[in-house]
Amino acid sequence: MHITMQGIYKAFGTNQVLTGVDFELKEGEVHALMGENGAGKSTMMNVLTGLHSLDQGQIFVDGKETYFKNPKEAEQAGITFIHQELNIWPEMSVLDNMFIGKEPKKAFGLVDSAKMKRLAEEQFKRLDVSLPFDKEAGSCSVGEQQMIEIAKALMTKAKVIIMDEPTAALTEREIQKLFEVIASLKKEGVSIVYISHRMEEIFAICDRITVMRDGKTVDTKPIPETSFEVVVRKMVGRELKDRFPKRNSKPGEIVLEVKNLTGKAFRDVSFSVCSGEIVGVSGLMGAGRTEIMRGIFGLDSIESGDVILNGEKVTIKNANQAVNHGIGFITEDRKDEGLVLDFSIKDNIALPSLYSFAPKGIIKEKDEKEFVDMLIKRLTVKTESAETRVGDLSGGNQQKVVIAKWIGIGPKVLILDEPTRGVDVGAKREIYQLMNELTDRGVAIIMVSSELPEVLGMSDRILVVHEGKIAGELPKETATQENIMTLATGGQ
Amino acid sequence: MKANSEVLQEKKGNLLQSVTQKLGPFLGLLILVIFVSVMNPSFLEPLNILNLLRQVSINALIAFGMTFVILTGGIDLSVGAILALSSALTAGMIVSGIDPMLAILIGALLGAIFGAVNGLLITKGKMAPFIATLATMTLFRGLTLVYTEGNPITGLGDNILFQLFGRGYFLGIPVPAVTMIVTFIVLYILLHKTPFGRQTYAIGGNEKAALISGIKVPRVKVLIYSLSGFLAALAGAILTSRLNSAQPTAGESYELDAIAAVVLGGTSLSGGKGRIFGTMIGVLIIGVLNNGLNLLGVSSFYQQVVKGIVIIIAVLLDRKKSA
Repeated sequence: MHITMQGIYKAFGTNQVLTGVDFELKEGEVHALMGENGAGKSTMMNVLTGLHSLDQGQIFVDGKETYFKNPKEAEQAGITFIHQELNIWPEMSVLDNMFIGKEPKKAFGLVDSAKMKRLAEEQFKRLDVSLPFDKEAGSCSVGEQQMIEIAKALMTKAKVIIMDEPTAALTEREIQKLFEVIASLKKEGVSIVYISHRMEEIFAICDRITVMRDGKTVDTKPIPETSFEVVVRKMVGRELKDRFPKRNSKPGEIVLEVKNLTGKAFRDVSFSVCSGEIVGVSGLMGAGRTEIMRGIFGLDSIESGDVILNGEKVTIKNANQAVNHGIGFITEDRKDEGLVLDFSIKDNIALPSLYSFAPKGIIKEKDEKEFVDMLIKRLTVKTESAETRVGDLSGGNQQKVVIAKWIGIGPKVLILDEPTRGVDVGAKREIYQLMNELTDRGVAIIMVSSELPEVLGMSDRILVVHEGKIAGELPKETATQENIMTLATGGQ
Repeated sequence: MKANSEVLQEKKGNLLQSVTQKLGPFLGLLILVIFVSVMNPSFLEPLNILNLLRQVSINALIAFGMTFVILTGGIDLSVGAILALSSALTAGMIVSGIDPMLAILIGALLGAIFGAVNGLLITKGKMAPFIATLATMTLFRGLTLVYTEGNPITGLGDNILFQLFGRGYFLGIPVPAVTMIVTFIVLYILLHKTPFGRQTYAIGGNEKAALISGIKVPRVKVLIYSLSGFLAALAGAILTSRLNSAQPTAGESYELDAIAAVVLGGTSLSGGKGRIFGTMIGVLIIGVLNNGLNLLGVSSFYQQVVKGIVIIIAVLLDRKKSA
């Protein structure tokens, strides 16, 4: 299938999102779509698949002018969109999720579950996924849910598959599998639109790249004719020197130490963090990294082991105690756990620090506003006012609000779980810089991340978790993607 | 960058939207008041207005508590039963010779304890609020019947303060209305000006995020259900004083009137969004409907029909606005 989009304009109310986009997708190519959050990538694809109508412009499918009325029509024509926001029904089983709305039927309109299992099995095998079909989809990890979505898309026998940040939640191994599948799809003549913030992936698997900025396509180039630097410059419209700012780490005293911590998903975990130090925690999805952090923060119960803060043993049974001990936790799922989306920026940032504005019981709104404005400025949250609803911000700005909220408590230890997931390149760098600023002030940072370049670029020390245990510790000087992956997959 | 005029326009749009959102219920009340007073001018007579304020005070107190509960995403079906049980216990104490005002205080605290039971079932027992309060509604109603043996408790004496509580006037205003207004002011401050209020909204908006932000979610919830129970018991004391007796069937279906008032006031049943001022308006809408339809001589059968239709229209308008 060959698709051409020409001079596409689209506005939501007074907000002009697309201003003359041109895009061409050839048969059997993997076409990367890059741009900062809000550049219009998802909107453009939503216009193509008929979720949004276009204001101006033309779309040709195989040379014929075609406008889909809705995503279902696009899907019937062979265009499938795997959205970044997963469409999972958490209470339904894995199998039911894969066939929602298109269950195969047998006599009397009953659901043909044998056929469903057979079809699903095929795709799972192809993707190397081993998930029980009757498992509740909501209890699967985000990565597993993503794989369900991908399997679902493969079943539609699509000719064009649009993937919006497909690897954001996947492990290295799952990513490798996905890439193999993409390669074989390509051979079958399927075209892929690959929306991602991850430069390495794009250069590894894509044929061409289109860069978008401010609702326009800036450039389309075959991958071999371009480079990281050129793409980034085009994306942000300015020079971005390095992806990772320089770190001058001067680790001080040990602030937090855990000894033989054992919980439901991890055992015998011991490590420490010093003031001014960033400890990176790497490992495969489901290895127990997040669970260890939740245990330290008091969200999940600890079976045995000690948490030692500034040399003193402490008991943290709930998040309130953790916050009172000066520990902040930026969780991996900011929409579900980090933010009250209907709250304003101000109310979100102030949430953990409310009592400090209310010495006599009544919140002093002037103090609160000054405090919030200071943090908004310091973190360069792009907004017109502190009263803006957080749900209306871009991913990068939302993440800054979550970080601001925790900086507000004046933390001694900050746990960051996937701090730059779904965040664009420019905002990523700002977050890294902020981490550097914090460590300069003596904050101890534990950073859980699935992005190896990020772990290597920002950590002073790297812990690798494998199946609930610390598989090894690597100093920054000797750590490489290879030796981290070896430890993460159980090698020595 | 957006052009300045566009930004300005957007701001205007937002302002208009937020004004209609905040004033929507208020406009509804205004239209209703104008309609009723055109149909029957005696509606606006001071005596009738004061009477109306007294009539709504009981539903108001219960609905204020319900507002906090619904803001957290919960529901409290047991308020009517708590009203009956605490009223019966209060009346029992008065009959046995305890000072009536002290009895009212103890009764209200018992109401708070009954509410705390709801809160504990929901937080520690991890029960859905609907189920937990449905069960305690039946339980408290049953305990009331057991305690009263199904008979009204009378012979509450002639303590003047006790009689004033439901029937008297303070500076020309019915005492129950004064109680309602003072309670409203206190709760308004609690909800909009204190950390507790902000936490109430946060729990309804995103409970997980609230918990991770260090909010003691279980504690806040237990306190809110206690508040709801306390206010129901207070409303019960007003009713007991007015009737000079405690009825075992008192407060039946009061929970539904309270929920209706909260919803009419624009508070979202899914939690996180709403205002106590809206609830006050919602209470008045129901009160004006009751009072006005009586004045207009509409039969009580039709009154129910009209109330139902008004609730449906109000919620549909609210949907449209937020869509």
